[in-house]
Amino acid sequence: MLRLLALLLVLAIPLQAEEIVSDLSQDEVSINATFDGSDILVFGAIRRDAPEPEGELGVIITVAGPDQHVTIRRKERKFGIWVNSDEVEIEQAPSFYAVASNAPLEDILRPSEDLKNRVTTSQAVRQVGANVLDSGSFAKALVRIKSDQDLYQLNEGAVSLSEDTLFSTSIEMPANLTEGDYATRIMLTRDGTIVDTHETVIPVQKVGIERLLYNMSRENAFWYGIMSLAIAIAAGWLASAAFSLIRR
Amino acid sequence: MQIYLPIAEISVNAFLLFGLGGIVGILSGMFGVGGGFLMTPLLFFIGIPPAVAVATEANQIVASSFSGVLAHLKRKTVDLRMGTVLLIGGLIGAALGVLIFNYLKSLGQVDLLVRLCYVVFLGIIGSLMFVESLNAIRQTNTPGAAPKRRRHNWVHNLPFKMKFRVSGLYISVIPPVLVGICVGILAAIMGVGGGFIMVPAMIYLLGMPTKVVVGTSLFQIIFVTAFTTMLHATTNYTVDIVLAVLLLVGGVIGAQIGTRIGVHLKAEQLRILLALMVIAVCGKLALDLILQPSERYSIGTGGH
Repeated sequence: MLRLLALLLVLAIPLQAEEIVSDLSQDEVSINATFDGSDILVFGAIRRDAPEPEGELGVIITVAGPDQHVTIRRKERKFGIWVNSDEVEIEQAPSFYAVASNAPLEDILRPSEDLKNRVTTSQAVRQVGANVLDSGSFAKALVRIKSDQDLYQLNEGAVSLSEDTLFSTSIEMPANLTEGDYATRIMLTRDGTIVDTHETVIPVQKVGIERLLYNMSRENAFWYGIMSLAIAIAAGWLASAAFSLIRR
Repeated sequence: MQIYLPIAEISVNAFLLFGLGGIVGILSGMFGVGGGFLMTPLLFFIGIPPAVAVATEANQIVASSFSGVLAHLKRKTVDLRMGTVLLIGGLIGAALGVLIFNYLKSLGQVDLLVRLCYVVFLGIIGSLMFVESLNAIRQTNTPGAAPKRRRHNWVHNLPFKMKFRVSGLYISVIPPVLVGICVGILAAIMGVGGGFIMVPAMIYLLGMPTKVVVGTSLFQIIFVTAFTTMLHATTNYTVDIVLAVLLLVGGVIGAQIGTRIGVHLKAEQLRILLALMVIAVCGKLALDLILQPSERYSIGTGGH
């Protein structure tokens, strides 16, 4: 009798009824000299200990780059030319943010859940202490500009879901990535409520010569400068030497 | 072939940069200018962040002017003494320029300043050169009208006089130092060597003989741009060595080709072409400032 009750309880708690099992096509993204963006395949399955519960099933996958503190400036016409005038600071905005889902987000995610878990792009951009009128338009501008650069992506319907169990999608990471840890979330929703979340991290790093040069420019800025000049002088001398050789 | 630039943090087509370096190299070989004033706006156009474009271009100019000055040293057309005086001014100017650059960067106005500098200076130099070369063409058509040259002006009445043997001058050091400071500031802000301002200033303000002007200008540009490169590298971390190398290779090859083409063309026609090109670049940048931008907002990373 007690056992039956326990089983019923387990079934009643939706969190344990369905669980995400997933993996990525690559554990990390390496930015090397010929890096030109990268596609990451996110795939997995929904494990069930019991028959499938009722309600519309949703799979939402988000990939968020490291947060940045950004300043957004708006141009105004002054003295006949367009100059930056008002500015709004956004405390935390992901450098990259991709949302993919198996259906339109409004159908599979309640606004309250979105607010709590910061799923959609507009929620992921956190804005504090705005001192400019219509500061909302600045956050919108941020999303618009980043979307144009493919740094913010919303792909509703990009997650393919077969037999309500297997899911997969491909996240396209552009060439202009910032280094850091990219937090990946896979969320499972039933009737707009999140029932399970699976989180993992994709490290994005410069490697090889890119890493070497970048580190050198920050840590040994003086010698980096000297090296740049040495290369320039050497190239200049080589050119001059080649000139006189050809003329001779 | 896409190459990821470690400092600019964008991926660019290597052949595009070779090509840009080559074209600017050809022009610089043909016209005897550093080419920085053309290259830096071109780098803006292909999406290199302005701060990186300016700092990296300074580094590239070191290479092209070093190559040029070696040739001039062989021909003994470098006034080292005058060059040193200009250089002292230039270094002061470059330091001031980087300070101004960083201050405006914190205000978010660096983009505007760089563009305004370009519009103003390209506009002035382009129009002057255009008028001057038109006159030169008219003069060659009507021989007999010898160009007048003032040997004495207010410049010669200032204190701290010094002898410049190679230039055959005995003048005060104040004007060259001032010219050096102005060019140094421009070099730091605009990412140019400043040759296109230095050369007219040396001829018309200081009265130096034309044959030593280019070499002397190049001589001091090496040091000013090297200094600028170091300042940008250590304070802003914006020198992209990969970008510099890509541009260098194209530039060096282009300069060789350019010199050969230049020999076969008439000087006045060359200058008119150059003037038109300068005016075109200036016009494009001016339109960007005057016309309503399609995107009024811009993103800068970091707070105050």
